[in-house]
Amino acid sequence: MSAVITANGLSKRYKSSLALDNVSFQIAPGRIVGLIGPNGAGKTTALKSILGLTDFTGELNVLGFDPRKQRDKLMGEVCFIADVAVLPRWIRVREVVDFVANVHPRFDRKKCEAFLARTKLTPDQRVRQMSKGMIVQLHLALVMAIDARLLILDEPTLGLDILYRKQFYQNLLEDYFDENKTIIVTTHQVEEVEHILTDLMFIRDGRIVLDADMDAVGERFIEVMVNADRAPAARAMKPLDERQVFGKSIFLFDGVERSQLEAMGEIRRPSVSDLFVATMKETYA
Amino acid sequence: MKTFYWLVKREFWEHRGGFFWAPVITGSVFLLLNLMAIVAGEVWGGMHGFCMGICTNGTSMHSLANALDQQSMDKVGAGLDLVMYSSTLIIGMVLGFVVFFYCLGSLYDDRRDRSLLFWKSLPISDSATVLSKVIAATVVAPFIALICGVLAGIAMLLMFAITLSFHGVSVWHLLTLAHPLQVIVNVIGSIPLYFLWALPTVGWLMLCSAWARSKPFLWALALPVGTGIVIGWFNLLGTMNVGNGWFWREIVVRALFSIFPGGWLRLAQGMQMEQLGEDGPEHALDFLSIGHSYGVLASPDIWIGVVAGAAMLASAIWFRRWRDDA
Repeated sequence: MSAVITANGLSKRYKSSLALDNVSFQIAPGRIVGLIGPNGAGKTTALKSILGLTDFTGELNVLGFDPRKQRDKLMGEVCFIADVAVLPRWIRVREVVDFVANVHPRFDRKKCEAFLARTKLTPDQRVRQMSKGMIVQLHLALVMAIDARLLILDEPTLGLDILYRKQFYQNLLEDYFDENKTIIVTTHQVEEVEHILTDLMFIRDGRIVLDADMDAVGERFIEVMVNADRAPAARAMKPLDERQVFGKSIFLFDGVERSQLEAMGEIRRPSVSDLFVATMKETYA
Repeated sequence: MKTFYWLVKREFWEHRGGFFWAPVITGSVFLLLNLMAIVAGEVWGGMHGFCMGICTNGTSMHSLANALDQQSMDKVGAGLDLVMYSSTLIIGMVLGFVVFFYCLGSLYDDRRDRSLLFWKSLPISDSATVLSKVIAATVVAPFIALICGVLAGIAMLLMFAITLSFHGVSVWHLLTLAHPLQVIVNVIGSIPLYFLWALPTVGWLMLCSAWARSKPFLWALALPVGTGIVIGWFNLLGTMNVGNGWFWREIVVRALFSIFPGGWLRLAQGMQMEQLGEDGPEHALDFLSIGHSYGVLASPDIWIGVVAGAAMLASAIWFRRWRDDA
């Protein structure tokens, strides 16, 4: 199947800094991609380019459209939830459902109403009277009722309590995601999305420093817990990262033979957040 | 087309207060004040033995209707028509303010509160969005306001007629003297003209709204006024001789205040504002008549304004598309 997004030599310069530096990547359909990077790494710029909200240089093809020229057509196939509270504050639940139902050709009103029925939202409620969690519920109900091929989530759960956060991803997985859909998500709460991601993309200073599916990540990166006496030997093998736990050292290796590491101690798969921290060391230094 | 209808509807939802309640409340307050004035006049007149309104030369109200000759009948009718216009005039002023601030906020407020990101996540082109706001400002808002104005005018007319009927003048007789239908046609018929006339101001305000990173109000005001002051200053120095008065009248006023209805009357040929006071109300009515208003279309000024307005709206669409600060 052809790629959902193909980017080639994508660059974006703001006045003083390079937000995207010659980035190239491909995203296949049916994937859930985590785009992870420190603040100011270019995540939002990348998403904005994909959505046609900003200008850039280079080639970018999203579902066969050029986001710069065909943004309004593209948005018929793409949904977008930015960090919370971008729904207009004056609008009522009834009004926003009416509006989207009449301007979006792929919106299924019954589905949306079914999702809303599961929440405490009432038709006459205005967005300004809702909590952050409720706003996201409303937005998610709207978006899940749209049969889009690409869903882009930019920090969707920022500022939500843990109940709303869990429910958010659970709804997405159970009622929305299937093999024809693609989801790109950026978040700082890596632990919460770790288990749902199929692909991982790390971005740093406008460059993609890691782009792999989760299986490949599991093969490439290995953590090994080593006793203090063998630590110097492990250190000689140039680990990405080292930390101490209970008198033992945990080393993170990139692309070292599994059998070689097994000989040194207990091995395990690193968590995405540990991997992230190791990769992004010195970002703010 | 369906999308466009819903876009306009969205504008109405968001600005129900300005588009609907402002004219309704203004009309109600206007009627209430007039009612209070009439009651006060009646009470005061009753106490002091005077009669109000048109009986000034001591004629008894009872004989008034009979005493009116054809010419004064026309005057009474024209006066009643003017009464109808008066409510529209007040509501038109309110409309001007509503549209002014609506345009200034139209492409700025959603950038500020970031709801722009939601609107842009829907399959709607930026041109459709901007044009729907233009239609809301130049057609929907004046339509509602003028309907309110006309309704308030009819209510005023009935109020006056009923008051006079207490003095023995037949209501129906008076009403036949007035020309409510003609007034309605003149008022509602001026909407297309309002659209054309308001375009430069709407374009300028929406351009500022789409372009300014902050404080669109200051930019919208400061740029033309500042330029005017600079030109005036150069004129004072004698280094440049640009028509200062021309600049203020044709640029500053047109860019900022064309959203007040009736501004075109200044341009309409055949009669000057100054003459208004001297002649009777009939002449004032001619001045307001639709045929007279549309005479403006013969002047190039309005068309230059339309072209400038359209160009500024095109720029506003461009900024709406590419302004990247949400």
